Amino acid sequence: MSGSAAENSAANLVVEGLTKSFGGTKVVDSVSLTVNYGEIHGLLGHNGSGKSTLIKMLSGVYAPDGGRVTLGGRELPLPLPAGEFNRYGIAVVHQALGLVPSLSVTENLLARRLVRQANPMIRWGRAHREARAALSEYGLAIDPQAAVADLAPVERALVAIVRAFREIAETTSGKGGLLILDEPTPFLSRVDVERLFALVRALAGQGTSVIFVSHDVDEVKELTHRATVLRNGLIAASLTTASASKADFIAAIVGRHLGSERSAASPRRGGTAIAVSGLATAGLAPLDLEVEAGEVLGLTGLVGSGYDRVPYSLYGAEVATDGILTIAGKRMPLPGMSPARAIACGMVLVPADRQGAGIAEGLTVGENIVLPALGRSLPRFFVRAARVARHAAGLVQDFDVRPCDPGRLMRELSGGNQQKVVLAKWLQTEPGVILLDEPTQGVDVGARHQVYGFIRDAAARGAAVICASSDHEQLEMICDRVLVFSHGRVVASLTGSDVNKSTITERCLDSLAGTLSGTPVLLEEKLQ
Amino acid sequence: MSEAVTASPSSAGENPRHGRRRFLLQLERFALLIAWLLIIAVFGFIAPETFLTWPNFSTIFGSQAVLVILTLGLIIPLTAGDIDLSIAQVLTLSSMVIAVLNVGHGWPIGAAIAAAIAVGLLTGLLNAFFTLYFRIHSLIVTLGTGTFLHGVTLWISSSRTIGGIDWGLVNATILTRFLGIPLAFYYALALALLLLYVFEFTSLGRKALFVGRGREVARLSGIPVTRMRLICFLASGVFASIAGVLYAGTSGSADPNSGTQLMLPAFAAAYLGATTISPGRFNPLGSMIAVYLLVTGITGLSILGIDTFVQDLFYGGALVIAVALSQLVRGREESLT
Repeated sequence: MSGSAAENSAANLVVEGLTKSFGGTKVVDSVSLTVNYGEIHGLLGHNGSGKSTLIKMLSGVYAPDGGRVTLGGRELPLPLPAGEFNRYGIAVVHQALGLVPSLSVTENLLARRLVRQANPMIRWGRAHREARAALSEYGLAIDPQAAVADLAPVERALVAIVRAFREIAETTSGKGGLLILDEPTPFLSRVDVERLFALVRALAGQGTSVIFVSHDVDEVKELTHRATVLRNGLIAASLTTASASKADFIAAIVGRHLGSERSAASPRRGGTAIAVSGLATAGLAPLDLEVEAGEVLGLTGLVGSGYDRVPYSLYGAEVATDGILTIAGKRMPLPGMSPARAIACGMVLVPADRQGAGIAEGLTVGENIVLPALGRSLPRFFVRAARVARHAAGLVQDFDVRPCDPGRLMRELSGGNQQKVVLAKWLQTEPGVILLDEPTQGVDVGARHQVYGFIRDAAARGAAVICASSDHEQLEMICDRVLVFSHGRVVASLTGSDVNKSTITERCLDSLAGTLSGTPVLLEEKLQ
Repeated sequence: MSEAVTASPSSAGENPRHGRRRFLLQLERFALLIAWLLIIAVFGFIAPETFLTWPNFSTIFGSQAVLVILTLGLIIPLTAGDIDLSIAQVLTLSSMVIAVLNVGHGWPIGAAIAAAIAVGLLTGLLNAFFTLYFRIHSLIVTLGTGTFLHGVTLWISSSRTIGGIDWGLVNATILTRFLGIPLAFYYALALALLLLYVFEFTSLGRKALFVGRGREVARLSGIPVTRMRLICFLASGVFASIAGVLYAGTSGSADPNSGTQLMLPAFAAAYLGATTISPGRFNPLGSMIAVYLLVTGITGLSILGIDTFVQDLFYGGALVIAVALSQLVRGREESLT
């Protein structure tokens, strides 16, 4: 093992012209980059910039359409069979970490060894000692016998990273290899992030190449040597971190501002439709909020900033710990909210998880679409099949669901058409408040504009819309006002001409700067 | 939103394919019924003088009403996404409760029947409590309660068959006939139609379906998921105990073991029934057809002099084949698009 200057300047990972298309769209377009031995390389970009696809190709999940990858001088025969990437000295730590929470640190850390060892007997005393030694090598005092579920979030991340590094070290005999960290930090506090960075630096110091995927420009600036920014599948910039400013990074991420055809702000407003005071839940500081009838309010922030919990807490899908909701003149305590009560007050929710929570895939379009109408515009008893079919056919027509056949199973439809069914299902109830979470996730471009249209139309008819989204272009297109969240708090409220993609993105990225300078004392304490 | 509402794609070009699809769907809906008629035709051809007789069919229709009702009870929790393995034991205990109270303690038959139904309700409540409150999988809960109930049955009967149940029950079940078929068949038919109405023509049935097929969708649509599952467990218990009442009425006695063997036939019929009438769904008429198809096959084989082991071969094989068929149904639905 060595971190000598000579080796540090030699390329370890070489990616040349890597390309990948899905359905005719180039998601990654001739991307080339090199990462040296011992280098920490940042990878930045918006959702949909091609980051995850690139990572999935490097870890052997996707077969590239073109280009080649060499690691330590050896060309990788992509795609690698499942689980085989370890054999080439590559390890990936995803945000989900891939640990088994109910098992002990030792079992997680030595998982592969314990399963594959030739000796059928497991000597637990020795295994625990080995785990303890592996952790303390990096100054980590974590009890190897503790269940992973009982560890602090940062300790889990540290265990996952040490495990990944051990796997690399096994195959590369402690030299070279590639460690990919895919957004490991969003749920960690500043102090914990520092612990994690210390570990990553120590590992890179042993000659391993690290790719650090993040949304967070400040973290990338702090940790990495160089960085690559992707936009629309292309390399937008290759930066040397020490000489690049934060503005350089943001300009590369956002790109030239394209004049998108933003829908006109709704002229008609009808007074406050929904008022929230002191909404609190896990990951969300007490929040006050008012939305007028006819207004579309956007909520956004980085992953883990808490904005996406708001629709679910208001709807009672997740139980809020505190807060009062005033809707249609009624005051309701939020901890006692339930979906049935929310619907009774004229609220509807379009969840982000369409397959799991939006539609029943094995039932027909008609059955899904008429569900809220039963017992309302359709009778509760003596539901006549013909009448239901007529009702469903009308909705399918109005919302342009294709194929135009209520008898189809939901799973036969494309994502965009499924989402139109979900919107039709709820908008037929003429709701006063519409809650949306990522309304166009997995929706193709054509249907996306239809979805925007349905949302704006509902607002024009007097509904208040609250839309949580990480798609800043979408927010620009449909929102009258956008709130930017960071660490569970609103850090910016954008209105008028400020509701545009680049301002929203800048505010999201800015939001981390404040927290960086906010905890210097704690940080120093930790480092000593 | 004028640009969004464009004309739906013309279907003129795909009419022949559309027609073929319709024909296949109709064929599939009635395939099991056709299979049943084929089985009748085959055995009728081999043994016309014993198999193709009215007394034979009248016996099949009457005596198997118990299995029909048990299967109907089973498809209620299955529709809502829960499994009830305790139904056959509820049936056995219910019939034993009637025998013990009516014969042993001299209760009037009406009161004994009420007690038997209460057994079903209580079991449903118990199953629901452990499944919903403690969030244990219904498979485990009902496996446990079922075995527990069988213990109770053996205990209160001292493991003996008890005969001499009030003749009124036997009369109302199997002896009185309408159009040559025992009344029990009509009870089963009435319950099947009732369930058909609830499943297909009430919002309650739709809600149960969504609870089974998309629990989170149901929750976010304001459906009281826990209450729906509770109702389904209770209904399953009641149906099973009604089956127990008729079981006691069919023989005028109760034995502590034979009823428990009805669990597998009920599952086989439920899954086989889900391949017909409304393919891909547990449905009452399909269940009824499936029961009679299975029993016709077994009766035919035993008339040919084949041993009783054929029952196990038939029911066990039918369950696995039925589930395999319903997987094929799913695959085909996807491949047709």
